[in-house]
Amino acid sequence: MPPLLKVILRRTLLGLLTLLLVSGVVFAATQALPSDTARAILGREATPERLAALREQLDLNRPAIVQYGSWLGGVATGDLGDSLVAKQPVTALISGRVKNSAALVLLAALISVPLALLLGSLSGLLRDRGFDTVVSLGSLTLAALPEFVVGILLILLLATQVFHIFPAVTLLDPESSILAQLKMLVLPSLTLVLAVAPYIVRTLRASMIEVLESDYIQMARLKGMSERTVLGRHALPNAIVPAIQVIALNLAWLAGGVVVVEYLFNYPGIGSALMDAVSNRDLPVIQAITLLIAGLYVIFNLVADILTILVSPRLRTGLQ
Amino acid sequence: MSRIALTVRDLRIELDPSGIEIDSEVSFELHEGEVLGLVGESASGKTTAATALLNFQRRGARIAGGSVNVAGREVFALGKSQLRHLRGGEISYVPQDPGSALNPALRIGTQLREVLEEHGFGSSDAERRDRVDEMMAEVLLPSDKEFLRRYPHQLSGGQQQRVVLGMAFACRPKVIVLDEPTTGLDVTTQAHVLSTLRDLARAHGVAAVYVTHDLAVVAELADRIAVMYAGRIVELGPSHELFRGASHPYTRGLLAAIPVIEGRRALKGIPGYAPRPGRRPVGCAFQPRCSYAVERCETEMPPETTVSQSHLVRCWRAAEVSAVVSVASDANESALVGGDQEALLQVKNLTAWYGSREILHDVDITLRAHECLAVVGESGSGKTTLSRCIAGLHAFKMTGDIEFQGAPLARHARSRPVPIRRSIQYVFQNPYSSLHPRKTIAQILKQPLDIFFDLDRDQREERLAELLELVSLEGSLLRRYPDQLSGGERQRVAIARALAADPTVLVCDEVTSWLDVSVQASIVELLVRLQREIGLCMLFVTHNLALIRSIAFEAAVMSEGRVVEYGPTDDVLANPRAQYTRSLLADTPTIKGALSEG
Repeated sequence: MPPLLKVILRRTLLGLLTLLLVSGVVFAATQALPSDTARAILGREATPERLAALREQLDLNRPAIVQYGSWLGGVATGDLGDSLVAKQPVTALISGRVKNSAALVLLAALISVPLALLLGSLSGLLRDRGFDTVVSLGSLTLAALPEFVVGILLILLLATQVFHIFPAVTLLDPESSILAQLKMLVLPSLTLVLAVAPYIVRTLRASMIEVLESDYIQMARLKGMSERTVLGRHALPNAIVPAIQVIALNLAWLAGGVVVVEYLFNYPGIGSALMDAVSNRDLPVIQAITLLIAGLYVIFNLVADILTILVSPRLRTGLQ
Repeated sequence: MSRIALTVRDLRIELDPSGIEIDSEVSFELHEGEVLGLVGESASGKTTAATALLNFQRRGARIAGGSVNVAGREVFALGKSQLRHLRGGEISYVPQDPGSALNPALRIGTQLREVLEEHGFGSSDAERRDRVDEMMAEVLLPSDKEFLRRYPHQLSGGQQQRVVLGMAFACRPKVIVLDEPTTGLDVTTQAHVLSTLRDLARAHGVAAVYVTHDLAVVAELADRIAVMYAGRIVELGPSHELFRGASHPYTRGLLAAIPVIEGRRALKGIPGYAPRPGRRPVGCAFQPRCSYAVERCETEMPPETTVSQSHLVRCWRAAEVSAVVSVASDANESALVGGDQEALLQVKNLTAWYGSREILHDVDITLRAHECLAVVGESGSGKTTLSRCIAGLHAFKMTGDIEFQGAPLARHARSRPVPIRRSIQYVFQNPYSSLHPRKTIAQILKQPLDIFFDLDRDQREERLAELLELVSLEGSLLRRYPDQLSGGERQRVAIARALAADPTVLVCDEVTSWLDVSVQASIVELLVRLQREIGLCMLFVTHNLALIRSIAFEAAVMSEGRVVEYGPTDDVLANPRAQYTRSLLADTPTIKGALSEG
């Protein structure tokens, strides 16, 4: 077997193990919460008889471990189970939400990663000049602000107080494609971009500076390479390597961080679905969404590690 | 006379933005095919001057004045694209550490070809491929596809340096600047790189500036030598004149500090260390370390004066200095203890592994009381592993016996009884990382005292003062931190720390390899004195064959994990029996020839 494939296989198995652990932890956490699904559905005024009946109906009286076991068994055969509240398959319930969130995250990633790479490398290249000072100041400020503060500021600036360009609340028309309603996506995705980009900018700036000070860049200049070759062939490929891990971590964060931002903009994605499911104690839905987010973490990290191996000759040749 | 290839006039380089002088009044000329050795120790400004020849400075320094003319072109007056064309085309650069100067992410073939492409060498890819083949052949490397597809880390240090050397000659430049290109290479590899360089420079009429801290390296290579101190050329002249009629006290000091393989002589270090930019004294910068210094030296910078037509010097007392008998006869026999002492520590059939690889095979050596045994070998010979086994620091599998005072020694230092641990002390190679950076010198030295002895306050202070005196350090250093000390001072502190335990055996692992030659000599001086004064038994591990005669009565030569030659140092050097010792001897650079020539 090729060594790289072996690495991928091993890491995938470890990833699956991680997911199993995550599902166990999430299940235990939901069990620890006060109240339960039956009470959440029926409300405070429900009589004990009706609660008992509903619990019986929802199979909530079985021991926790048995409930977890039967859910896990279902996942293993590809069945994520049915929502306790909506009484329909989880996949059907959240697929629309997943698409919406995916559109949001993808848009944010497609904008933030190239933008951050550009700003970071330029900033490192123009170290201590005006451009670098502005970018550094901006990225440090943004990194210091929590994303909901950034979101609120954007709402004040672009939706309610100063300008009235974009809607503060997302009202998606479920009949038409999300891409036809890009205006709704602007503020949430901008918030995500501003939350994620600063870290990538900082990392790339630092590694660019380190690479530009390196002996091989000095050597490239001293053998008369054009500035384009020096930067494009010698500096950038080396500077990006440490940034790969940071990009992966931030993309993974995007998948989870979307929860807060969706709540802020009332965006119908997995974030708000997760909030609803938690308040309803709708276990199968909670499990499905957390597993999805955890799965993305695992995948992003795996991809980042493989990319790092592929672009570092020392690691790549070290596999053989 | 051949044409002039390089002219440097009044080059001045400053720290940016403070304007503090790094180099000043650097002037010299070089003819085609001529090799100039630019010699200086750390902080002398030699590397800064070397890169200035290509109009390049690292961040934090800038060229503030003067001119450099390469093959008729004023380097500092060139525009960006002309400068690019000049670099690598007319004048090329060979860096100190090829391992970090080659881009780790690019195949060496790519890095070789891009020079040719950028400078428009050859009219087709096929022609450039041929040139790459030719270059590789000139630096004695294979040029097959498989080799050119390798990445730098898949090459040995010597191969990397050859690649860079080939790169420098690629476009047939007029001038080539080499910045300590063999530092960090084994003597064998160094000898090969040097001879390759010499052949290429001669064959293509290339003028070369060879920057080094080691006079011995350029002794056979350079036609002329410029000695730099504190940013100025203090002596410049033809090699043979400079070696035999050195007229600057610093040059003299350097020569006396160089170990000579052919005859035993006491090495003499230069006291103190070279001042960094911004801390240089007024007047002559060398004056605080100079035994010839008079009042005038403290106030007035000496001008350049001529000794002979082609021999320049900057010293008020040059006439007196050159009148002193020649350096060659400065050499005097130094007596070393040895020969008939009892065995103190015996290593028998020692085999050691590093991971699953066996790196020491059946090693037998004996350390005798009050004597010094030198262990010589190149990197990978197992010499450091041997010393770590003795000190109980080897973390992997080992078999065989180590006996100390007739009783077997435990493998690991921590399972040895305290008195034994106290008796065997270790001095590490790199004084920049072996001292705790957040402790004062006093705290560093007190630690072994507290561990091994029960002293009251006064006794401890007294012992500290004694230790400092033993290693010739001033008492005022006690309150300082390691980063406030020079490399030589740090290594003295490390030695004092080992001596604090009052050891019987001192293991010195390449203790001078990080130091300047003049400082190396004073450390060796110190170790020899310690042998004599306190009867210390020493294991002196080194890669420098030339050094051992000055310090060790007996020597063991190691190669690939085996002792290939073992006996009294004089015999080993005079009548080497092993083929390996013979080739090592042949490859070790020496100034002997230069000193006695003619």
